[in-house]
Amino acid sequence: MDFATLLQLLDSTLRLATPLLLACLAGLYSERAGIFDIGLEGKMLAAAFTAAAVAALTGNVWLGLAAGILASAGMAAIHALASITFRGNQLISGVAINFLAAGMTVLVGQNLFALGGRTPQLAGGGRFAPITLPGAEALSAVPLLGPLYAEVISGHTILVYIALAAVPLTWWLLYRTRFGLRLRAVGENPAAVDTAGVSVVGLRFVAVLICGVLCGIAGAYLATALSAGFVKDMTAGRGFIALAALIFAKWRPVQALGACLLFGFLETVAIRYQNVDLGGVVVPVQVMQALPYILTVVILAGFVGKAIPPRAGGEPYVKER
Amino acid sequence: MSVTKNFLGAAAALALTAGMAAAEPAIIFDLGGKFDKSFNEAAFNGAQRWAQETGGTYKELEMQSEAQREQALRRLAEAGANPIVMTGFAFGDVLNQVAPDYPDTKFAIVDGFVEQPNVRTILFTEHEGSYLVGMLAAMASKSGTVGFVGGMDIPLIRRFGCGYAQGVKAVNPNATVIANMTGTTPAAWNDPVKGAELAKSQKAQGADVIYAAAGGTGIGVLQAAADEGILSIGVDSNQNYLHPGKVLTSMLKRVDNAVYEAFKAGENLETGIHVMNLASGGVGYAMDENNAPLVTAEMQAAVDTAAAKIASGDLVVHDYMSDNTCPALSF
Repeated sequence: MDFATLLQLLDSTLRLATPLLLACLAGLYSERAGIFDIGLEGKMLAAAFTAAAVAALTGNVWLGLAAGILASAGMAAIHALASITFRGNQLISGVAINFLAAGMTVLVGQNLFALGGRTPQLAGGGRFAPITLPGAEALSAVPLLGPLYAEVISGHTILVYIALAAVPLTWWLLYRTRFGLRLRAVGENPAAVDTAGVSVVGLRFVAVLICGVLCGIAGAYLATALSAGFVKDMTAGRGFIALAALIFAKWRPVQALGACLLFGFLETVAIRYQNVDLGGVVVPVQVMQALPYILTVVILAGFVGKAIPPRAGGEPYVKER
Repeated sequence: MSVTKNFLGAAAALALTAGMAAAEPAIIFDLGGKFDKSFNEAAFNGAQRWAQETGGTYKELEMQSEAQREQALRRLAEAGANPIVMTGFAFGDVLNQVAPDYPDTKFAIVDGFVEQPNVRTILFTEHEGSYLVGMLAAMASKSGTVGFVGGMDIPLIRRFGCGYAQGVKAVNPNATVIANMTGTTPAAWNDPVKGAELAKSQKAQGADVIYAAAGGTGIGVLQAAADEGILSIGVDSNQNYLHPGKVLTSMLKRVDNAVYEAFKAGENLETGIHVMNLASGGVGYAMDENNAPLVTAEMQAAVDTAAAKIASGDLVVHDYMSDNTCPALSF
């Protein structure tokens, strides 16, 4: 494998890891506050549809992004209402979000566009265009680092850089601010937070809404940057892979970046190398395509060690029994 | 008392609707969905054409999951629909079990192979049509490398890929054909993100014309090819209009004609194997104003010559499904 191929692989890895990363960070906020969220998939799907639909109707991708974030945050608010205010089962509420999104997107899409739940193809201002970072041209002559900068780091859409910037931001927010301390505390021992006079319900609501916003960006990225329009069920399980990455990263932001890049890389390899010829033995394409999932199981079962979720996760907080 | 009356009323209403619907034909679309801009949409267009010409109505069902197939077939058969047309190889096994239970109902299956006295098996010679677009791809390619993106990895899709590769090699024996499949589950028909990524990966490996035979996934392939400034080839329906000037041509598979004919025949549908090949206009390639600047007169002449030879039997395109091997491409 030559250097140019490696660069192409890394470039593709970054593209495919971005939705995972955003969803993974979204899950991190929610779960660190003690609200399990298996509705990442549904929120992304709702956001992908809304972003594509609004971008198609207005021709402005930024309005699409805003609408996608709103839709996803709306879904998150339903989840918060069910699982925080009404103390419902968080897993069931998450599943309900997934079903709701899968059905609603197709239903509304069919009524709006009559294209079988699909949105029209987006063009021009309806999509996020790749950005060439400053100096990419000039530096590409520098050996090794130049092409790396020009090929891999430069030339993505703005949402990729937002996702990458969200990692240190999340770290800072969680570990260096008062809000972060309280957020982590409310996922470990909500009673202590309550005793200190801080609203458990308020903190959890904020966390779940942040989760909604990040899922919204992830969904908008899928529909308006990676592809040009919405197709039913286009998230294709990425919300669940993000959950696996979250557990792999043990609910920590920097490790989440690593985990998502790993999953993105596995997907890239499966796409690029469909039949691998290992000196006489050909590894069939089916094995390559199953590889990300097999490795997910292996990693989660074997290498991650003990992944301890936030102690109060999944438990609705009851002030007095 | 009133409960019994209600029941009687409901039963009467049911009998009435069943009686009225007796002559209605029905169509079942596969998982790609009615508006996949490709295979199922072609079937839908055929049904619409019949409805417009005859003023008749038809029943339709869209599959949402694998588990619904048998249920859908039985429901339509019991509702008195006749004939029932279904699109997609995946109905094969189910139809084989269901068809004997409704001997008076005629079924037609596109792409599947079912041997029952009341079933019409409609097969297309996709390898012949793919051969023609393969020739066009090789003539339009400057790099000598062309790509193929399949949907779900099944023998039928390999037949597309194999015919395509043979066409490419017929024009340029040294050409490289990069063939990729999107997946091994029916979800592979509906993953435009992965389709786009496959197209970008093939472009990175030098391909400058990419043929997508992947249902809804193909939309992502065509989009990515247009974004990257290379050519693509659509499939099943005429997809040239999706990106004018960026889609070299489309391999036409006249599923619309197959559905139209079946609907038109109605209850007198002839059963048995019905092959729609190049000679009978079942497959072909699309030319319209969107791709006219891309295809020169020489290219078209070369392809038309080959088409005439295939139609007359002078040129035989190897069919992957006849022996599960491909002389021009290894999958």
